[in-house]
Amino acid sequence: MSIFSKILSALKGSAREIGESVVDANATRIYEQEIHESKAALARAKQDLTLVMAQEKAAQREIERLDKEILRFEEHAFAALDKAEENLAGDVATRIAELEAERDAQQRAQVDFAQHIASLKDLIRQAEARVREHERELAVAKTTESVYRATESISQSMGSGASKLGSARESLERIKERHTLMADRMKAAEELDAEFGNKALEQKLAAAGIGAEANRKEAVLARLKAQREADRTTGHEQ
Amino acid sequence: MDAVLQQRISEAGQRLAGQLGAFDVARIPGEVVVFKVEITGREELPIFITQADSQILCICYLWTESDIAPSRRTALLEAMLDLNIAIPLSSFGRIGDKYLIYGALACEAGADDLAQDLLALSDNAVDALEAMAEYLH
Repeated sequence: MSIFSKILSALKGSAREIGESVVDANATRIYEQEIHESKAALARAKQDLTLVMAQEKAAQREIERLDKEILRFEEHAFAALDKAEENLAGDVATRIAELEAERDAQQRAQVDFAQHIASLKDLIRQAEARVREHERELAVAKTTESVYRATESISQSMGSGASKLGSARESLERIKERHTLMADRMKAAEELDAEFGNKALEQKLAAAGIGAEANRKEAVLARLKAQREADRTTGHEQ
Repeated sequence: MDAVLQQRISEAGQRLAGQLGAFDVARIPGEVVVFKVEITGREELPIFITQADSQILCICYLWTESDIAPSRRTALLEAMLDLNIAIPLSSFGRIGDKYLIYGALACEAGADDLAQDLLALSDNAVDALEAMAEYLH
């Protein structure tokens, strides 16, 4: 059964049970133990692998060395035969036969090592897959459990406090209301800003001597002067 | 670890203060470490942050089973499934009788990642509640 199926059947129990444990503590411990053991086996297998690989390489080197030796003695044998040294050639042939037997043994060993390497690599791959699977299952189980426990704590803290979760509708209404209020406020602020903006513009225009406000001072002064002049003229006349 | 997470949440909150409201972070009592993040203006939709095994989960509870109009329950579930993949950074979920929207982060996630997730989650929560209101009482 996949871990997801296990979780789903565990979730059919009551929330309280789930909060307490999705996968019972014992099962979790067994899982953790299995992961631990698989990892140890993996480490051992990897160590074995390096050893066997070294042995395989050594066998290969030995075969190469023996090949050269055989070749060398063969040349000696030919030389002995050329000189009609039958006995010597016979001794050399014996030596070659020994070397060949030794080489055969090394070749058999090399094949064995190569097979061992392949099976160890297989084993390592399998063990790694098993560890990954166990770790994933454990993560799913622990996450589910942790989430349910957290929810339990959250429910309790909400139930006791003033912040008890209201109905979803009410929540939405309140958020919307606040949102509208905020939007209204922002709109008002914008209007206010625009108004201030206009005033600022008028002030700038006036400072630059543009617009109705610009020459007010001069206009007032001119008006007053004209009035004074007019008064004086009328005064003289009187 | 808990103090580190709380620090990161606070930092994320400071980064978001301009976009969302002020952040209030507090640890809620209980055996599992859970931080409650309350955002000014969205007090009804607090976000709960907890570390669950290999991830940080940011959870926002939306409604409970009892909020759902029974005749519209299947339609609601389908709508949630249909919508799930389109929602940026958050997904719908359910714990017991509580429906929620959540975001998951790697444990190493920094304050920036957290801020991005929390901003998306809070906006998504408001939108989801509004969109699904028609299926609720």
